Amino acid sequence: MKPIITGRAFVLGNDIDTDQIIPAAHLVYKLDDPEERKNYGRYALSGVPAAQSGLPQGNVPFVRDGEWRSGYTIIVAGKNFGCGSSREHAPFALQVAGIEAVVAESYARIFYRNAIDGAFVAPYETPDRLAQEVRTGDELTLDTAAGTLTNRTQGKEYRLNSLGDVEHILRAGGIFEYARTSGMLQKR
Amino acid sequence: MGMTITEKILARHSGRTSVRPGDNVWVDVDVLMTHDVCGPGTFGIFKREFGAEAKVWDREKLVVIPDHYIFTKDMHANRNIQILRDFAKEQGLPHYYDVGTDRYKGVCHVAMPEEGFTRPGEVLFGTDSHTCTAGAFGEFATGIGNTDAAFILGTGKLWVKVPETMQFVFEGEMPKYLMAKDLILAVIGRIGVDGATYRAMDFAGSTVDAMTMEDRMTLCNMVIEAGGKNGVCTPDRTTTDYVRARTAKEFECHTNDGDARYHSVHRFNVAEIEPTVAKPHSPDNKAAVSEVAGTRLDRAYIGSCTGGKVSDFVAAAEVLYGERVRIDTFIVPATTDVAREIRTLKVKDKTVMQIFEEAGCRIGESSCAACLGGPSDTFGRLNGAEVCISSTNRNFPGRMGSKSSQVYLASPYTVAASAVKGVITSPREFFA
Ligand code: SF4
Repeated sequence: MKPIITGRAFVLGNDIDTDQIIPAAHLVYKLDDPEERKNYGRYALSGVPAAQSGLPQGNVPFVRDGEWRSGYTIIVAGKNFGCGSSREHAPFALQVAGIEAVVAESYARIFYRNAIDGAFVAPYETPDRLAQEVRTGDELTLDTAAGTLTNRTQGKEYRLNSLGDVEHILRAGGIFEYARTSGMLQKR
Repeated sequence: MGMTITEKILARHSGRTSVRPGDNVWVDVDVLMTHDVCGPGTFGIFKREFGAEAKVWDREKLVVIPDHYIFTKDMHANRNIQILRDFAKEQGLPHYYDVGTDRYKGVCHVAMPEEGFTRPGEVLFGTDSHTCTAGAFGEFATGIGNTDAAFILGTGKLWVKVPETMQFVFEGEMPKYLMAKDLILAVIGRIGVDGATYRAMDFAGSTVDAMTMEDRMTLCNMVIEAGGKNGVCTPDRTTTDYVRARTAKEFECHTNDGDARYHSVHRFNVAEIEPTVAKPHSPDNKAAVSEVAGTRLDRAYIGSCTGGKVSDFVAAAEVLYGERVRIDTFIVPATTDVAREIRTLKVKDKTVMQIFEEAGCRIGESSCAACLGGPSDTFGRLNGAEVCISSTNRNFPGRMGSKSSQVYLASPYTVAASAVKGVITSPREFFA
């Protein structure tokens, strides 16, 4: 996790499930093949109904046709982000597409856990209903040390909830690195 | 202070005398389950982190069940199964259920109990969100991702945050027209798709005590649809009879202490619960069947880990006996054992399978099939704007295939009754 995450926002609503994040038909590509894994970026968020994609205007493609990087860095969403299946392909697909952090009102627990233990994206919780305020395309800066989110387009700053106990796993770079630094696994 | 079943299991597996909700503990894992969608990724991370020559922590504790994308021409999907096969061979895994052999089973969450891998008091992790199904046996069972599973493969351990427990108490005798599926849809409809996030859901009361293992599995299967971490039922004679018939391994039964603390307790009188559906596109979009009766349908689907067990098909056959379906009706037995059993099991004078055939249903091979859409040639997949009533567990946009399709979730009784009429129909009409 970078100390400062900065870039454009992509805004989504409530209950974005893992079938919307990466539809089941696309779970077949190799995760560790440098070429094939691009497909996860290509189809990231392709299951979101068009009207709900890139709020408040909607009908904003997350990834343009033929590309696999999205041009957005931070997802801002409502409640229960990542509900549904346990597929780790979901936070992975977002990472491949270029997402570094998600800021949502709440998360489904398996998505949250996968995001942290694999250090794919930083899953921050917001006490505010940010998905109603931030607009897709706004320029954001997330200061992970201060725990703040600045909307540079609108000139507003918000406090995010602390990551709590799991912050050290994310900062270490995932569960394996965490286990190595804490002596549970041998260093390599 | 007293502990719940979930707390007791997590304490025992982390070498403590007690734990409290919110504690982070490292637990010893009894069983890890993976399948064709997440196995290849898990094995890849395992090799990356522990080396190309690494061996899994305990071959006896790993169960590998291909079930998701089986009967397809999709090249990538078939490659995934080959990866499982190679890994099982390389590691000498005793519990691998290969496609195209006599050992092939089908849907993992139904296969696990059949093969004796779900035992009271144990900790089971699986790379599938519906791993929570096994909580029906009085164990701690939950879904995880590939990274966590790879960590277990190398160490046999994983960190867990001890969840608070919500209790759901059902009292009364089940009315004939009602199934466990109606109960869990009523619960999810009441608390919402994030109503149990991070928490355990404990099912209790006289109704649950009288349930078969399959019905308890139906309850626990869908706790994830309320965001729950795990579901759990108190193990009793029904549990131990089932488990002892399938494994010689010893196990330990835990109960909730009288003074255990719950996040909340929710009571239901089953006589007041109506046959229930979840309307498109969310499992908490609840309606009584009577409120949506008459809704036009294109398709009916009976299958999956939650609605494709023997008792689900017996229920459907009771309704379909001597009837013809008016819409395309797809039957997918969860496992090969289920498929075998419904060929011999009878409702009145006919086998369940015979009843389906005479009613004009289409019967598929055991696997997840269209429950999660899958490749375009998947049996029963919704490829257009169909309206489907299904005994599966999820109806998110595009879950069963096309984003323009619509899915109503319901009990096998309701699905079968609706198949006969071609519109959403209450099973009460069939049980006068
Ligand atoms: S039947 Fe459906 S819900 Fe169950 S494991 Fe298969 S895809 Fe998942």
